[in-house]
Amino acid sequence: MNILYDERLDGAAPKLDKTAIRDSLAQDVPGLTLLHREEDLHPFECDGLSVYRTLPMLVALPETLAQVEQLLKTCHRLGVPVVTRGAGTGLSGGAMPLEHGVLLVLSRFSRILEIDPEARIARVEPGVRNLAISEAASPYGLYYAPDPSSQIACSIGGNVAENAGGVHCLKYGLTVHNVIKVEVLTIEGEHMTLGSDALDAPGFDLLALFNGSEGMLGVVTEITVKLLPKPETAKVLMASFDDIEKAGNAVGSIIAAGIIPGGLEMMDNLAIRAAEDFIGAGYPVEAAAILLCELDGVEADVDDDCETVRRVLEAAGATGIQQARDDAERALFWAGRKNAFPAVGRMSPDYYCMDGTIPRRELARVLKGISDLSEQYGLRVANVFHAGDGNMHPLILFDANTPGELDEAEALGGKILELCVEVGGTITGEHGVGREKINQMCAQFRPDELATFRAAKAAFDPTGLLNPGKNIPTPARCSEFRTIKSAAADPAKQG
Amino acid sequence: MDKTATTPHDHDASESLAERIRQASATGTPLRIVGGDTRGFYGRPTEGEVLSTAEHRGITFYDPVELVVSVRSGTPLAELEAALAEQGQMLPFEPPRFGEASTVGGMVATGLSGPRRPWAGSVRDFVLGARVLGHEGIEQRFGGQVMKNVAGYDLSRLMVGAQGTLGLLTEVTFKVLPRPGASRSLHLDISLEEARNRLADWGREPLPISAAAWLEGALHIRLEGGPSSVAATRERLGGDELDEKFWPALRDLKLDFFGQGDASARASDRPLWRLSLPHRTASLGLADAAEASMIHDWAGAQCWVRSAIDAETLRSACRRVDGHATYLGACGGPGSDEPFTPLPSVLLKYHRNLKAELDPKGIFNPGRLYAAF
Ligand SMILES: Cc1cc2nc3c(=O)[nH]c(=O)nc-3n(C[C@H](O)[C@H](O)[C@H](O)COP(=O)(O)OP(=O)(O)OC[C@H]3O[C@@H](n4cnc5c(N)ncnc54)[C@H](O)[C@@H]3O)c2cc1C
Ligand SMILES: Cc1cc2nc3c(=O)[nH]c(=O)nc-3n(C[C@H](O)[C@H](O)[C@H](O)COP(=O)(O)OP(=O)(O)OC[C@H]3O[C@@H](n4cnc5c(N)ncnc54)[C@H](O)[C@@H]3O)c2cc1C
Repeated sequence: MNILYDERLDGAAPKLDKTAIRDSLAQDVPGLTLLHREEDLHPFECDGLSVYRTLPMLVALPETLAQVEQLLKTCHRLGVPVVTRGAGTGLSGGAMPLEHGVLLVLSRFSRILEIDPEARIARVEPGVRNLAISEAASPYGLYYAPDPSSQIACSIGGNVAENAGGVHCLKYGLTVHNVIKVEVLTIEGEHMTLGSDALDAPGFDLLALFNGSEGMLGVVTEITVKLLPKPETAKVLMASFDDIEKAGNAVGSIIAAGIIPGGLEMMDNLAIRAAEDFIGAGYPVEAAAILLCELDGVEADVDDDCETVRRVLEAAGATGIQQARDDAERALFWAGRKNAFPAVGRMSPDYYCMDGTIPRRELARVLKGISDLSEQYGLRVANVFHAGDGNMHPLILFDANTPGELDEAEALGGKILELCVEVGGTITGEHGVGREKINQMCAQFRPDELATFRAAKAAFDPTGLLNPGKNIPTPARCSEFRTIKSAAADPAKQG
Repeated sequence: MDKTATTPHDHDASESLAERIRQASATGTPLRIVGGDTRGFYGRPTEGEVLSTAEHRGITFYDPVELVVSVRSGTPLAELEAALAEQGQMLPFEPPRFGEASTVGGMVATGLSGPRRPWAGSVRDFVLGARVLGHEGIEQRFGGQVMKNVAGYDLSRLMVGAQGTLGLLTEVTFKVLPRPGASRSLHLDISLEEARNRLADWGREPLPISAAAWLEGALHIRLEGGPSSVAATRERLGGDELDEKFWPALRDLKLDFFGQGDASARASDRPLWRLSLPHRTASLGLADAAEASMIHDWAGAQCWVRSAIDAETLRSACRRVDGHATYLGACGGPGSDEPFTPLPSVLLKYHRNLKAELDPKGIFNPGRLYAAF
């Protein structure tokens, strides 16, 4: 089942007169940069899920909040859909444009408004890059904890919208745990503040609701994040295993020993070789799997914990354990991991990144399932994941120019996600549903649950103008999904 | 171990709760959801047929290695915490217990956290998922039993602190953590001003502080973490040894400051208020004596006041610094009509919209949070 916007399944698209809308916006929103020529629109036709492209009707690049507010009011009045875009690094097609909509690009809002080292907070505009916050806080000995691998490029507004995670989330939490306040504009152009500079705010926890809401409920225009003191020390152990299942079990054993590592990541052989080839991180290319375990905190405790973890890894059957000698080597170990996606990308014309999350105890079973599926579909799969969180990133290698291979890759991806749901997990841990997993939402949730999601959306955007077609599938799409699934299941039963 | 041993009280009452909700929905009868009935002093009085979760008890899933526990809403909080303690684990947000009857559902619906909150996070930070009976009396699952989940909107965290106005929680899944390896407490006899300055300095260092409250001329500190760092920090901070029992007494509002017994004792002339303030709030601009007589918990981010100051004076002082004030006195007191800080108009509009969408017949705890819904 295709994921591109399909009026039959996703609802009728409004009939819009591009020239008239352009004229209205130009008139209502003084000074707004509005792109409309085809060649100017091309750079915006996709996000990080680049196999899917749609040319937006118009692209708006506002520079002031007054412009954003007025743009929303005009679009609301004229019934024009609005898709918000941060840096466009999303991997689920969340910022994929609509042919009949305006793409609202917030990349020009890139100022850090305030760093308050005493209160340990930073107040920033939505287009600020994730890493820029930690860079600005660094002189005060502080940093912003969530660190998606895309942190040099992705925006904090996009992080809020996806509830982004990173390699340090098991210990330091996701975006939702590190944002204390956001300023929001509704589709009607009204302003509201969610959360506060204090540790809570009166009323419903709308701040939690907006984290991970994929631009469906409002436009986030300012974000206040909390900053943490940099740990006194951080040490990394790299353990190699000759069997991926042993590596999986070692993850549970570390946590069972009462240790919450700052980061706990796993890569399989294909990913190890790709990363080593690309970065030269010193990874053991013969290993079936490696675990990277970072322990951070106060020097004395970290030394104690390193000893404990070393013992646990040995008992779990590690064939080699190496501790990074210094910060440079530690950075190198992480560089291999953080560049794993592009590294795998070099091995294949295209790759497709999955994001299923499972209970850790099911790791071995799911890896086995993935390897069986990979064989069945004849497509290689490299595994990189946030092992501590049970968040897997199987990377499916394919060639979009070989007819049919994209479809096969997608079908394989869909099967992997359904496997994750089957073992009690979820189809997305941090990349979001967007357009990409719109069909699998029908597998994870029942019709009444999806109806509740639609009700929550309707509370903020009753006419459905914000990012239509994303995140929550329509009943029509789910009934088609179920029909196709049962049709596919029947012949299998006979055969 | 995937499950704890069941207790004789374990019982799945979700179907009868669902049936009651379906009936209430059909007749438009408001319901007053009751867990252990221990937090009646928190929130507005609500009229409605009592719907008790007390029968719906038991831990349905617990895997210490996975750091995940799922528990039915009527389970006493004490029972859950005991099961976790057996495995050397805990609810890191240190929820207050206002009595042995306090339930997990009431804890989540009120969303109150204890002294560790600024360092560890709040109730909602540790909620991974929830089962909720919505207005149609169908049990729905949001979030899950995994650490990360961004499929659909985060409705499980939305339920935290919603006081049962958006639906009835039947089961909640939490992330739990190992108990710290070491814990020491101390107190330093220093002024409020001095305490603020030291906390600000310490906050920029990775010290193992897990609680900090200033009251009655002394800063009370708890250190938790690895034995080595706790011992070293204890040495460095100096001061006198503090009995660990201080923290549960502060958490459960049992210190002398709070007055003996229930809400009625707090009523009369000096009702209790909770102020939620940004870290490093220098002063609220109230009389010095008033500020010195408060408890400044959460390193200053949560203050307890017993005062006859009128609601508006207190609230505008809080608003100036981006904080808010909650009334916890008894019925008929100066804040009982509006115990929670009133919402700005746009925010109120979207609260009403959300309530109308998720509880169109207005059957769940109407008026408990705000008169408008
Ligand atoms: C190589 C690579 C590695 C990655 N690694 C990780 C990782 O480790 N962890 C992780 O979580 N993600 C990761 N990602 C995914 C991606 O970087 C994150 O989802 C990121 O949060 C997206 O931010 P963005 O600014 O690029 O958002 P966009 O892609 O522009 O938008 C994403 C979504 O957010 C909405 N949105 C954006 N800004 C706003 C706003 N201001 N208000 C309202 N809605 C808004 C959009 O409508 C869209 O739905 C990775 C991506 C790549 C390419
Ligand atoms: C100042 C004041 C005085 C009051 N005086 C009276 C009085 O004199 N008489 C009277 O009848 N009432 C009074 N009330 C209100 C009444 O006490 C509460 O509505 C009721 O007792 C709450 O029950 P409760 O404590 O469950 O306990 P808890 O179990 O502690 O619950 C606390 C909150 O969580 C909600 N909740 C509990 N479990 C769930 C669940 N599973 N799912 C969703 N929500 C849940 C409850 O509805 C309640 O809002 C007063 C309230 C205030 C603020």
